[in-house]
Amino acid sequence: MISIRGLSKSFNGTAVLDGIDLDIAAGERVVVIGPSGTGKSTLLRSLNFLDRPEEGLIRIGDVMLDAADASNAEILALRRRTAFVFQNYALFANRTAKENIMEALVTVQGVPKPDAERRALDVLAETGLADKADSYPASLSGGQQQRVGIGRAMALGAELMLFDEPTSALDPEWVGEVLDLMRRVAEHRQTMLIVTHEMQFAREIADRVLFMEGGRIVEQGPPEQIFGAPRDPRLQRFLKRLSQ
Amino acid sequence: MQGLDLEYMLGLVPVILGYVPLTLGMAAAAMVLALVLAALLAVERVFRVAWLDWAVVLFISFFRGTPLLVQLFLFYYGLPQVLSVLTSIDGVTAAIMGLTLHFSAYMAETIRAAILGVDRSQWEAAQSIGMTQSQMMRRIILPQAARVAAPTLVNYFIDMIKGTSLAFTLGVTEMMGAAQKEAAGSFLYFEAFLVVALIYWAMVELLSQGQAWLETQLNKAYAR
Ligand SMILES: Nc1ncnc2c1ncn2[C@@H]1O[C@H](COP(=O)(O)OP(=O)(O)OP(=O)(O)O)[C@@H](O)[C@H]1O
Ligand SMILES: [Mg+2]
Repeated sequence: MISIRGLSKSFNGTAVLDGIDLDIAAGERVVVIGPSGTGKSTLLRSLNFLDRPEEGLIRIGDVMLDAADASNAEILALRRRTAFVFQNYALFANRTAKENIMEALVTVQGVPKPDAERRALDVLAETGLADKADSYPASLSGGQQQRVGIGRAMALGAELMLFDEPTSALDPEWVGEVLDLMRRVAEHRQTMLIVTHEMQFAREIADRVLFMEGGRIVEQGPPEQIFGAPRDPRLQRFLKRLSQ
Repeated sequence: MQGLDLEYMLGLVPVILGYVPLTLGMAAAAMVLALVLAALLAVERVFRVAWLDWAVVLFISFFRGTPLLVQLFLFYYGLPQVLSVLTSIDGVTAAIMGLTLHFSAYMAETIRAAILGVDRSQWEAAQSIGMTQSQMMRRIILPQAARVAAPTLVNYFIDMIKGTSLAFTLGVTEMMGAAQKEAAGSFLYFEAFLVVALIYWAMVELLSQGQAWLETQLNKAYAR
């Protein structure tokens, strides 16, 4: 169970997140859509403290913190309940595919190396990259890198997986394989919060869709409602622009 | 002009070569110490630990802003007058200390730039999986920075080797000192110092070859 109350963040005095309230049930798949610059990335990054929110209560599983006075220990604990999949993959350049997945297990979770290695190889097999275990990111295609990135997040066993436009940086030919892998992740009843511009995919995978604008959640509901019968004029305009 | 006394030079080569281990030893010791110190200084400069930052800035500025020879004289001849613990310090130790402090200031700047050059995504990925700052630095950032900084650091090592000749001015009998003593007997100063120059040149050439090899290895790393 994830619960967020009054999450706020500003950059240079401009509010980018304006008091976000959000509850996500275990196993729920929530997709965030909205125009550029409305704080979608900032929302995800704040939940991982890559951006530090100024205010708000965040509760993920047994970790609960108040953003206004979060200690380092609390921030680390929160990060260990979340896994982040980056738009630009952000694989460790000095680690092979296998080592990228092992890194958090060994260094952060203290899993013994042989166990971590076995887990990493299992995950790689699931991402379809078993034969790339010993390759460095620089020698992988964008799609392969992103699949390792998702594998790295999967291996963490995190309460919440955050995806920030995981296919936006990919050549169109690689988008399909990454979306397929995300469907596989969803089948595990993994709780997911996904920012994406792939509306077809959103419609199909989401239990709930959030439409954000100006740092607020303007409208939310099941995909049939959001895409089929949008109420807020801003959402209607956004969808209309997309379909043109 | 008289011709070079080649025979004298050839005879001198093994004598001077006998001092190469001392030269390389001083340089290697100073290099190891300077690397450790420089990495610490660089990390401090990146994170700017409030009360420490001004001291580190001052340290780097001083050791970059004054000549190595002056620093060596300060340590060896000057400090013992102020700090009695240093009275027993010998020339070799003083030279190693001086080289360490002097070059760590330069190397800190190189390492700092390399750290700041590591892509932002690497920092964020490390943070996102819950690494502590020291885990992030040791396992992800510093190894990648080291790869970028290595060729420049080897350059400083070469400068350091040449810098050990200044230990001569602290009364250490190293390659220069030995040549000076030899020449004092034979009066063949040109030959003696030419031998020293040639041996330095050969050592630096060898290292430059090693540096080129290192660079190709580093370029290949992480690419398989
Ligand atoms: N580090 C930063 N410093 C200053 N401003 C920032 C920073 N990060 C984001 N912003 C600003 O905050 C606002 C929201 O950015 P954010 O990246 O969250 O938008 P987004 O909804 O993810 O947009 P996009 O669809 O383009 O990715 C933007 O106006 C952006 O310019
Ligand atoms: Mg974004």
